[in-house]
Amino acid sequence: MLVLGLETATAEVGCAIGGHEGVLASSHSARGKRHAENLTPAIEFVCHQARVELSEISCVAVDNGPGLFTGLRVGVASGKAIAQALRVPMITVSSLDLLAFPLRYTDRRIAAVIDARRSEVFWAFYRQVPGGVQRVSEPAVGSPDELAAELVADPCDTLLCGDGAIRYAEHLSGFPNVEVAGGDHAYPSARALVQLAHARALREDWIRPQEVELLYLRKPDAEINWSMREGA
Amino acid sequence: MTTVDPTTTILGIETSCDETAASVVVGGHLVRSSVVSSQVDIHARFGGVVPEIASRAHVDLLTPVIAEALVEAGVDGPDLDAVAATVGPGLVGSLLVGVSTAKALALVWDVPFVAVNHLEAHLYAALVEDPSLELPVVVLLVSGGHTMLVAMEGHGRYRLLGNTLDDAAGEAFDKVARYLGLGYPGGPAIDRIAMEGDPEAITFPRAMYGEGLDFSFSGLKTAVINHVRKNPDAGTADVAASFQEAVVDVLVTKARRAAQQIGAKGLVLGGGVAANSLLRERFLSACVEDGIHGFLPSRSMCTDNAAMVAAAAWWRLGSDGPSGLDHGADPNLKLPLIA
Ligand SMILES: [Zn+2]
Repeated sequence: MLVLGLETATAEVGCAIGGHEGVLASSHSARGKRHAENLTPAIEFVCHQARVELSEISCVAVDNGPGLFTGLRVGVASGKAIAQALRVPMITVSSLDLLAFPLRYTDRRIAAVIDARRSEVFWAFYRQVPGGVQRVSEPAVGSPDELAAELVADPCDTLLCGDGAIRYAEHLSGFPNVEVAGGDHAYPSARALVQLAHARALREDWIRPQEVELLYLRKPDAEINWSMREGA
Repeated sequence: MTTVDPTTTILGIETSCDETAASVVVGGHLVRSSVVSSQVDIHARFGGVVPEIASRAHVDLLTPVIAEALVEAGVDGPDLDAVAATVGPGLVGSLLVGVSTAKALALVWDVPFVAVNHLEAHLYAALVEDPSLELPVVVLLVSGGHTMLVAMEGHGRYRLLGNTLDDAAGEAFDKVARYLGLGYPGGPAIDRIAMEGDPEAITFPRAMYGEGLDFSFSGLKTAVINHVRKNPDAGTADVAASFQEAVVDVLVTKARRAAQQIGAKGLVLGGGVAANSLLRERFLSACVEDGIHGFLPSRSMCTDNAAMVAAAAWWRLGSDGPSGLDHGADPNLKLPLIA
């Protein structure tokens, strides 16, 4: 069972292929947010490196957010097209889950934090469970100060990861028991996506391409303005 | 060298604005299917296209639209010779959905990807419906985003004869309709109510009427607003009819002048505003009067669709070959012009 993973939720563009032997090949680039330009060649490259034909893929996994809206859509549109053409199912994994997963060997609380632009971050908390991590809060969007308030409210040992944690490290790391993980843990990786999706694919825990939903967590400005006007 | 022949079958994808469209076209003009899913209802309450909402809708709509286009055409991936998508101009977030989808499909099916210029696709719309159209022709392209006069001298050989200096004609329709409380989209709303009004009730200014082939519509919009302010009792139907008269008069006058200037064999109408009934009527009678071949593509071919994308792609694949899989989208892409 081979899984193709597409990861475009942040400034990095990632693609990986893997199965029961683990990840066979992967590609990650983080230059200039050229998601659309880089992703298709990356898929071609990764298939070639793994010596796999796209027709051998059994499932397409995509990061469905939260993250950069345009980046996410490039990955999700590409993934849906591939799944549709190959007539295979899809699996979606949240960018926050992907950030937390590589930190599964820590016994500290994990906070996955993604830069949401406009002085805001997306975040969720995780704890270690056998074989991985478990999300213990709903994905949220808000100011770094709101996240800081949550860290203070429950002051247990916490490891923060993600480009949002790094960008707002000054806001978030001043508390005792709080540490911000370095650049290695800035972006969700396509490797983690393939690993997590493969385990789910074995359970046939998948969906059809038309059932894929993006986790935007933020309404378009026009809709926000509209509901404010209607409410007034 | 790519072989492009009358059996070359292309899947076209169009997502540059608020229409999600896919089409299968054989040999550049045989339309096997053309599916358009309009988002007009989604944007109506905002009085215009909201880019972020359009992008979100394209992601949801494109997969089923493509599936429908393939089923309707009775083809499957392996039957296709290329996949094409509009890469610009348009809304960048919307364009990227179509471009990413098209490139992924091209990769899976192992066929060329063809990047298509949306404006060039509009020029090819007429050739889809009348492949025997004799060149050179002048194309009057009027939509919510564009108002231009283009001389099409040959395949891929275009000269820009006139362009709008401010608002596009379709934009003027939307803005005036919103001001008159007629709703969105403005074109059909004004078209409808104008039928009950007197087009000569008010003489609105015809900007740059006598000068050159460029257009300007922002002054006309202001004139309408000023008139209604000064004459609160003015009938909406009369205002709408007089406004429409002014727009159509300028468009048709300049299109005839352009055709005369370059000795065109025909005059072609394109773009969403080409659905306007007065414009269609005046355009055809002007062509008859001038003894020039007038071509009015069907309404569905004038508005954004993917058949014109697949048609333009057929010519481009033949002349330029495939585009790279590292192609992106360009929201400000210009029509390629000859010097
Ligand atoms: Zn258009």
